[in-house]
Amino acid sequence: MNGETAFSPVLAAATARRVLTQLRHDPRTIAMMVAVPTVMMTLLRYVLSNRLVLDRIGPVYIGVFPFVIMFMVAAITTQRERAGGTLERLMAMPLGKLDLLAGYGAAFGLMACLQVAVVLVVSLAGLGVTLPGSAAPLAVVAVLDAVLGMACGLFASAFARTEFQAVQFMPAFVLPQALLCGLVVPRDQMTPVLRWLSDVLPLSYAVDAMQRITTSAVWTRAISADVAVIVGFTAAALVGGAFTLRRRTP
Amino acid sequence: MGVSEPAPGAGAVICGRGLVVRRGGHVVLDDLTFDITAGTVTGLLGPSGCGKTTLMRVLVGVQEITGGTVTVLGFPAGHPRLRARLGYATQNPAVYTDLTLDENLSYFGTILGLRGRRLAEASAGTIDRLDLGGLGKRLVGTFSGGQLARVGLAVALLGRPDLLILDEPTVGLDPVLRRDLWSLFHRLADDGCSLLVSSHVMDEAARCDHLLFMREGRFLAEAAPDEILRRTGAPDLEAAFLSLAAPAAMTGPDEPDALADQGVRR
Repeated sequence: MNGETAFSPVLAAATARRVLTQLRHDPRTIAMMVAVPTVMMTLLRYVLSNRLVLDRIGPVYIGVFPFVIMFMVAAITTQRERAGGTLERLMAMPLGKLDLLAGYGAAFGLMACLQVAVVLVVSLAGLGVTLPGSAAPLAVVAVLDAVLGMACGLFASAFARTEFQAVQFMPAFVLPQALLCGLVVPRDQMTPVLRWLSDVLPLSYAVDAMQRITTSAVWTRAISADVAVIVGFTAAALVGGAFTLRRRTP
Repeated sequence: MGVSEPAPGAGAVICGRGLVVRRGGHVVLDDLTFDITAGTVTGLLGPSGCGKTTLMRVLVGVQEITGGTVTVLGFPAGHPRLRARLGYATQNPAVYTDLTLDENLSYFGTILGLRGRRLAEASAGTIDRLDLGGLGKRLVGTFSGGQLARVGLAVALLGRPDLLILDEPTVGLDPVLRRDLWSLFHRLADDGCSLLVSSHVMDEAARCDHLLFMREGRFLAEAAPDEILRRTGAPDLEAAFLSLAAPAAMTGPDEPDALADQGVRR
């Protein structure tokens, strides 16, 4: 593939700036991206009403909400580029596929940081969630979860012909993972088939990492292993995204 | 129709040789051989669905080719070196409606390699050429249909391309704007740019220097308007197209017709 490995930081930055400018013109979307996880955490706090359970479950949700929201935002935004013809225009212009993916990654990664920062501050300072150690591991893993959600959304959008289908990928892709990731039933209590399914889904590792963080005051090797799996899934989804993003179509 | 008559001294900017595109078992472009001369406005005319858009997508490098070769500005179609030298506009404006005009031009200009003052000058120049002055700070989503079509063209013109591929740029626009755009196309050609402009409206054919009449993935004629009129003996280009298309029409009675839009029946 001629020139497809070329990467231009300038064009990636221009793409990130363009995506962020589009968001800036749409304050309601920004408000929802930032507020929804925080509102959900607040609801969770009062639904549980038990401090000990909240300390155990709350942080896990801090990792899951950004994953879900970023999946959806990325899937729909990319689908809009395809449907609106701008993707074809970009593919006819001197923009590399990596420039486009990296631009999206940087823009949505930045939004993920903002989202996680707000939900963390509100959870720890306002809702009384307590952690055994510092909040830094939680923040790192939550941002990585959000970036994973974005990468999966970019990849999934290639299989959506319409925006309506892209929206439906969210429940189709996310709900089975939410059931199998250990939030509803602990993973070690699942039947072998379910356990195996749970093992090959990325959200399981996000939840595992979060659960380990709530029980350990320090960063452990097991957390590193989970993080490695999350990063691996993210890279695989981005590579898959680059493959499905075709310059020439049949 | 494979005979082409390149003007002496002027090279061909596009050379197609035996171009075939098959999609889902259906032949969309059927063994096309053609040359497009530098510095001219070439019209690609034919009914909707005859393969015009597919041919244009081949030239800009976003369509897979089944067979044959296409050379654009000396490179195989789709070569990375061509991407900054081609301007492409589709009927769909293909711009970001949730960005302002300035923001759209700045993003696409950056991709074309324009920076700083050169970017500002190119943006201002294109806004001026397409009469979009005063709209720079407005969201493109709030533009009228005619303004939106001109934004799509503005992006295509931004990098001062050597070759412009315009897919039905004037369809659905008002007569004044259509006249203005055609005079802009000829001014661009006078400045050395080569243009390939598609349309399914036959009254636009007379405004072109050279014509490619297309039907069902094949060329019916490839010549200057006068030459086509002389050859067919038809009173106008619409009648010329019909007389050239007549044999094909017998085999495909259900094909959408170029003239249906104008309420003309055979």
